Amino acid sequence: MTNEAIKEFVFNVVPSATFDESGEFFTIQIDATEWKSLATLLRGVPYNFNYLFCVTCIDWKTHFTTVYHLTSTNHRRAIVVKAKVDRNDPLIETVSDIWKTAEFHEREVFDLFGVRFKNHPDLRRLILTDDFEGYPLRKDFEDAVNMIKL
Amino acid sequence: MYTETQIINNSNDELVINVGPQHPATHGVLHLVITLQGETIKKVEPHLGYIHRSIEKMCESLTYRQFICASSRMDYLSAHINNHACALTVEKGAQIEVPQRAQYIRVIMDELTRIASHELWWGAMAMDLGAFTPFFYAFREREVITEIMEETCGARLTMNYMVPGGVMTDIHPDFQKRVKEFIQLFKSKIDEYDDLVTNNIIFQNRTKGVGHLSKEDAISYGCTGAVARASGVSCDIRKLYPYDIYDKVTFNEILETAGDSFARYMIRMGEMRESIKIIEQLIDNIPEGDYQAKTKAVLKLPKGDFYTRVETARGELGVYIVSEGAATPYRIKFRSPGFSNLSALDQMARGGKIGDLMATMGTLDLVIPDIDR
Repeated sequence: MTNEAIKEFVFNVVPSATFDESGEFFTIQIDATEWKSLATLLRGVPYNFNYLFCVTCIDWKTHFTTVYHLTSTNHRRAIVVKAKVDRNDPLIETVSDIWKTAEFHEREVFDLFGVRFKNHPDLRRLILTDDFEGYPLRKDFEDAVNMIKL
Repeated sequence: MYTETQIINNSNDELVINVGPQHPATHGVLHLVITLQGETIKKVEPHLGYIHRSIEKMCESLTYRQFICASSRMDYLSAHINNHACALTVEKGAQIEVPQRAQYIRVIMDELTRIASHELWWGAMAMDLGAFTPFFYAFREREVITEIMEETCGARLTMNYMVPGGVMTDIHPDFQKRVKEFIQLFKSKIDEYDDLVTNNIIFQNRTKGVGHLSKEDAISYGCTGAVARASGVSCDIRKLYPYDIYDKVTFNEILETAGDSFARYMIRMGEMRESIKIIEQLIDNIPEGDYQAKTKAVLKLPKGDFYTRVETARGELGVYIVSEGAATPYRIKFRSPGFSNLSALDQMARGGKIGDLMATMGTLDLVIPDIDR
């Protein structure tokens, strides 16, 4: 399972994808709209990326990037998928039907970043109270009462 | 998070009850809203956040030396291992070579922490099921480890001993002697644990076949540590992606296939024995030399992403740092093992009896600050 093979495999589905091999993991960069179809393919044969071990989000002030760390328990190989999400209308499709762990992780991202996951079965705040205003892990969030920024 | 307390009888003859946030068996402030039909669990819904401190946001304004101490406040029972993960990530980014002596000390400390954590779990787990005595037995041996820690690190719980480049201070002159004494003591006691709890027929009846998790579900829910290994998923990071000197020591990855509470229990009991094996191999061979590499006063990580996976007492901890080249991280994500393990609780408990829920939760070994962060 070489990087080149994965590149070709991804390129056939998502022609606009870009790749980054400089970091620790092989990274695929895509747009949010393409994530669901790519996720379905990565989970299937031949790569079988069955274990989603980390879902998170990064606020770049101009846009969000949701980051998915995937590994395959058969091939023992990890890859990263980064999806670019619009900051004004943060919406990306859920993958909780493909990896069950995503249900909890996506709720956390929704709670702290305000990224909405389309078709998520139970998209509510997970950690903060239901009436909390704002999304604390966004870079422009300020909370004078509960100071979390030192 | 969910703040209303409710006891509702709905039209389907279902009863909704709350376990927690102040329930003794939740070991912290975890709130479970459980839908019951008679005694059978229909749904378990965890509500988190009672001790959420937003550690990830805090870390964004702390330097690469400072943020490590925040990680001890997540999973306080594996504080050393959390610190280790953070130190490894910074070392990876700043390309710091860690001296051999420091690597040996770190791994010994990690394994001592693992034993201490499993001891506490063992005592608390038995207490959840109504046996009070094991708690004292466990704390009797755990105290010896805590004293060793106190002597070398200066703290008993949140040590903050690992720093980027090595460890903060050299080990205490008595360290090796006392660890060897502990190994002798522990070896004579662990069989006693088996006599007291493992071989107890009441305990076995209460845990066997309870809280079953299949291999496919364990992978899909992202379970790690003893929870996944009890379902037959090989996931020990120490074996798969060895860090420091884990590739130089020989130990077995304990695997079970039953996937029930008893299997998870057996995994942790086996892990304690394996940890002793690892310490025995290292304790007499700590090489001479520096305990800390020379590092710059202000650590800066180059622009990029850095991810480290380590095996804590609870499973896989991931530390993800996104750096923009500054002295503080742009974004930090802690992928905590308890968070993913808890998400599988609904799957495990559904269809079982309410009385079995504590046996299932006990073997998940949840530490709530680790989940809430």
